[in-house]
Amino acid sequence: MQKRHFIRAAAALALAGSLGHAAAQDNTFKIGLILPMTGPFASTGKQLEAAARLYVAQNGDTVAGKKVQLIVKDDTGAPDVTKRIAQEMVINDKVQVLAGFGLTPLAFATAPVATQSKTPLVVMAAATSSITQASPFIVRTSFTVPQVVTVLADWATKNNIKKVVSLVTDYAPGVDSEKYFSQRFQANGGVVIETLRVPLRSPDFAPFLQKVRDAKPDALFTFVPSGAGSALMKQFAERGLDKAGIRMIAEGSVTDDDILNGMGDVALGVVTAHHYSAAHNSPLNKKFVEAFGKANNGMRPNFMAVGAYDGMRVIYEGAKKTKGEGGEALLNAMKGQVFESPRGPIYIDAQTRDVVHNVYVRKVEKVNGQMWNTEIQTVTDVKDPGKAQ
Amino acid sequence: MLTILFDGIAYGMLLFILAVGLSVTMGLMNFINLAHGAFAMLGGYLTVALMQHQGLPFLACLPIAFGVTALVGAVLERTLYRPMYKKPHLDQVLFSIGLTFMAVAATDYFMGSQQQIIQLPEWLLGRTEWFDGALGMGHYRLFIIAICAALTVGLQFVLSRTRFGSRLRASVDDPRVAASLGINVNLVFAATFAVGSGLAGLGGALGAEVLGLDPSFPLKFLVYFLIVVAVGGTSSITGPLLAALLLGIADVAGKYYIPKLGGFIVYTLMIAILIWRPHGLFSRLGGGK
Repeated sequence: MQKRHFIRAAAALALAGSLGHAAAQDNTFKIGLILPMTGPFASTGKQLEAAARLYVAQNGDTVAGKKVQLIVKDDTGAPDVTKRIAQEMVINDKVQVLAGFGLTPLAFATAPVATQSKTPLVVMAAATSSITQASPFIVRTSFTVPQVVTVLADWATKNNIKKVVSLVTDYAPGVDSEKYFSQRFQANGGVVIETLRVPLRSPDFAPFLQKVRDAKPDALFTFVPSGAGSALMKQFAERGLDKAGIRMIAEGSVTDDDILNGMGDVALGVVTAHHYSAAHNSPLNKKFVEAFGKANNGMRPNFMAVGAYDGMRVIYEGAKKTKGEGGEALLNAMKGQVFESPRGPIYIDAQTRDVVHNVYVRKVEKVNGQMWNTEIQTVTDVKDPGKAQ
Repeated sequence: MLTILFDGIAYGMLLFILAVGLSVTMGLMNFINLAHGAFAMLGGYLTVALMQHQGLPFLACLPIAFGVTALVGAVLERTLYRPMYKKPHLDQVLFSIGLTFMAVAATDYFMGSQQQIIQLPEWLLGRTEWFDGALGMGHYRLFIIAICAALTVGLQFVLSRTRFGSRLRASVDDPRVAASLGINVNLVFAATFAVGSGLAGLGGALGAEVLGLDPSFPLKFLVYFLIVVAVGGTSSITGPLLAALLLGIADVAGKYYIPKLGGFIVYTLMIAILIWRPHGLFSRLGGGK
């Protein structure tokens, strides 16, 4: 079945000469946005879609004289569905660019479609380092896990944290963060006493946290899906780890802006590293947060939203340069873009097609009755350390 | 290490309350209700909704979670479940797992897929340490143990000492003879089913803090419920209770001492026990229907 799709795709390509040319005739510029909008990762899709729509609303729906058409489809977070939708979008809808991709496996599954049809693919959320190497047509505007955890490891070393226990959820981004954090932390002379991996479906953190407590580290490094993060922080406090003098440091997704306010006071003081905080102090970000809230019932944009917003920016500016043409021309026009994002200055590395931006160390604080990730340190222009290896 | 034991007992008690209803419907009424977890989820979401939108205190939510879930259980028993009693087990399994999927999808639609967060009252948040920290007891876990222990004693008393208990046992042994003696078998079953569902609802409300609560809850914990029932046997209350405690302690201790194996310990233990005693640890000899 899939093979036939590809044969059809190839035939369509051959007939049309080039995809960009075929689509150019109907004077629209089509963006195929594939998101998990139902299922366990629905909140990711919600943020991505809201931000993409906000960008279109703010910047108009014509680019280079062509009408922008945003085709949004739900992949439920299942890789085979993502791939099938991408194929349909490329063949039937003749989209100039694919975008979205809420999770790493979704991006990997779709990479061959991008390569074979020469359609640029903008990854707006998935954060595993190696994604951009899966196809020469992939551009990323989200972030990479190694980018942020290495900064956190450096911060920990400088702030008198010498021994850590790492506790991550046993899935790709968790394992990635454990690996890069431990490597950097040990290279800095720190000691990782123990690395604990919690099953994705583990109902209770109690035994793991007890283990952490008994190991008496200076800090607990953690990365769990943001929903589980609040449970972890609660049990962290309940078990008295904070009183035992153990600090909590985490990858920034754990204190996700989207749900931070619901976590309660247990999240206060948690130190994380990430590329975006809704509290980022810049006029552009203030405008972004306000407009996003206004259009979405007071919802706060999180790091997913900013990835989609910047992704749309990269696509728009690329399309302006190519006068609405897709394919390799569009890909090349996306590479090397330098601009200011709500997250701060950012550029798309022309070699790796990966995002380079500031990484911020943040601390959860209460400001005017609301919880925010306040930025306490900025490390500028961080490239993905995963690419160097 | 006492702390680990304590946590394990709290976890096991919670599992027991969640699963005891399943053990009753399966053992006494001979009906396989895989939708049991959906009732637990209902209780949990009710608590979340009442606390967040109506501002009710946590303690007031618990009886409501029990009552409403029991009521829903009674209504569903009358409308959907009763016609299924006489059907083969495969039909019952397919029917109830279908119900579960519907509950999961409906919850996802109405409440969203994110983890729900409950704010406990202050007095349940603390922690007491004894013996130089060798035994640390979270107050909320103490609270769970107390409630579950009280419920267990109550259940055991009702089943073995009251008129209702003997009617129930009679109805199970032979519905036709029981009916001919003037026992309203349908009513007895409906009440039992409702109480079982209500207990699940209560368990869901109590467990939201410890186990987490999202739309996949019924599927995530179905396996644990079934292990409790399979290991404990279905002929008494004490069987599932001890099985749940064993499971809870093994799970917590396993994750503490051998984190690499994580949740695997529980399954190994179950396989070992079932090979040793196929009808469960505490079943009547030759029992098992």
